[in-house]
Amino acid sequence: MADNVTTETVDVRGLKLKVQQAGSGETILFLHGAGGSNWTGLLDRLATKYRVLLPEHPGFGRSQIPDWMMSVGDLALFYLDFMTASKLDNVHLAGHSLGGWLTAEIAIRNTTKLRSVSLLAPAGIAVEEAPFGDVFLWNHEQSTRAQFHDQALAEKRLTVAPDLDIALQNKSAVARLAWNPRFSNPQLPFWLHRIDKPTLLLWGREDRVIPYACHVPYKNGIAQAQMETIDLCGHAIHNEKPAEAAAVIEKFLSGVKA
Amino acid sequence: MNIFFFHLMPYGDLDLSYTDKYDSAWVTLPNTYFDRSKGTAIYDRYIGELSLADELGFDGICVNEHHQTAYGLMPAPNLIAGALTRTTKKAKIAILGRALPLVNNPVAIAEEFAMLDQMSGGRIITGFVRGIGSEYFASGIDPTLSHARYYEAHELILRAWTEPGPFRYHGRHYSFDYVNIWPRPVQLPHPPVWIPSQGSIETIEWCAAKERKYTYLQTFSPIELAQKNFDAYRACAEKAGYKAQASQLGWAIPTYVAETDEIARRELQPHIEAFFNKFLRFPIEMRMPPGYSSIASTKMLIERKYAVRASQQTIDTLGDLGMCIYGSAKTVREKLLHHQKEMGIGNLIAMLQIATQPAEQTEKSMRLFAAEVAPYLRANASTAVAAE
Repeated sequence: MADNVTTETVDVRGLKLKVQQAGSGETILFLHGAGGSNWTGLLDRLATKYRVLLPEHPGFGRSQIPDWMMSVGDLALFYLDFMTASKLDNVHLAGHSLGGWLTAEIAIRNTTKLRSVSLLAPAGIAVEEAPFGDVFLWNHEQSTRAQFHDQALAEKRLTVAPDLDIALQNKSAVARLAWNPRFSNPQLPFWLHRIDKPTLLLWGREDRVIPYACHVPYKNGIAQAQMETIDLCGHAIHNEKPAEAAAVIEKFLSGVKA
Repeated sequence: MNIFFFHLMPYGDLDLSYTDKYDSAWVTLPNTYFDRSKGTAIYDRYIGELSLADELGFDGICVNEHHQTAYGLMPAPNLIAGALTRTTKKAKIAILGRALPLVNNPVAIAEEFAMLDQMSGGRIITGFVRGIGSEYFASGIDPTLSHARYYEAHELILRAWTEPGPFRYHGRHYSFDYVNIWPRPVQLPHPPVWIPSQGSIETIEWCAAKERKYTYLQTFSPIELAQKNFDAYRACAEKAGYKAQASQLGWAIPTYVAETDEIARRELQPHIEAFFNKFLRFPIEMRMPPGYSSIASTKMLIERKYAVRASQQTIDTLGDLGMCIYGSAKTVREKLLHHQKEMGIGNLIAMLQIATQPAEQTEKSMRLFAAEVAPYLRANASTAVAAE
């Protein structure tokens, strides 16, 4: 993590949210995936040109998921409240994996505060011939390996023991949001037309968690969708190919500007 | 002292070399390992063994529910219980239990139990469980809602049995405008409820509460843990202002009786080792899905599991832990009486068919148990239990 990342707590109708941020300029609101709110190399790069906000979803890290929060749809409405509470407008909304799905659920509800939408290997729509990996049944090593195409990167990551409390807390929050239907909302495809902003779809070609073929319904359902692919890259795009991913996203965002 | 015969109905023909290819006998083990031509004979045999227990004078016979596994072929235990109402005369029929959170309509469970209670002439004991972790993979139910659904379904079932219908029930997880079960159960105020568990303090407290006084059944665990949990139950009762009866405590234990200690050990060994090493086998991720238990207990299990992962259980390690009792009738009855006195239990649930154990051994063990163990326990246990 870069030194310039600061952390603050935002109160959203009584619920306290930990938000990391760095950089200045137009705002990128980045929604993390099932692994939790890790500040990654991708965000470091984006923060050289943008103000990047990384909130930690309720129920992740050391927080409890509220009893009323039962779905990604609830979480999406919560983040619309968060944007209001934080006086965010003209936001470049982005998210990875579970966070990508969340990004789409926010955007089908309301795009008035959004300037663009970036979906990085989003979950959310199940494709029969390309089933998601079972992150709940995989053990730590299997999960870690499945994140990367380059297994040397996975092995390096496996040398660091995870904080078990946080890992279990995160998984429990993910289960509440994504156990059934697994990592998807069967209704989502019917509402994708409501995403009426420039939209980037970014996928690693070798994704084993949310397979590459899962981009098709998003591509077909969102009018202004632009699909980009990174070769020799697995699910954890932000960890495996941060420079390439940052370049694609920056190019997309600068196109939105013009 | 009540003595029960417990059957899991395992798929005893399981090819035990499955572990070369698969890491669990649950959920992910392909059901092509089940030979469809064998099922009818297996059910004939097992229903016969449960019925024989009634003839031999066991106070009760027990079945239970598990899904998508070679460990037990009873995804719908009430079907077996229904058959047993026809083949048995006197024994209590205990369904230990139905997994409440796994269903979307708990009223159906209230209905089925009420039917069984009527069909058996008031002989059923009901059991309420959450289902084990793997069953959340099998059912698709969100494990983080397991406790909440369990408590809500329990409340709904108890009300369906005891309150005149129709009434409305609108909970967080279950919602009905009309709850009005036909038939109503025979037993008053309702069929007995037992709670089989490995034992968390929350479960024990809940069972022991004054308004419930449910029988707590400790299943397949080291004797030290069983003792600790029975003590905890008595302490909870004390705190709630009453003295727990021995009848509120039950202990389920794999048991094998043969002609001599030596024969018992030799005959039991492959089956008890298969039971713990092959049939009760799952990766921790399957056993403890996220949110199924508290983070503290999940962590404890993960750490304990890592410690013993390398070691396979043997008949000796299991014997040392008190996770099975075997020997001649004399040895078995003395051991059981000793534990009964120590633990102060009023219900002994003997699992007398174990994993791959063939019919001849099962029947021999059952007959020896009924003739030479049970009478001794009945004669000596009642005076031994101070709490009774």
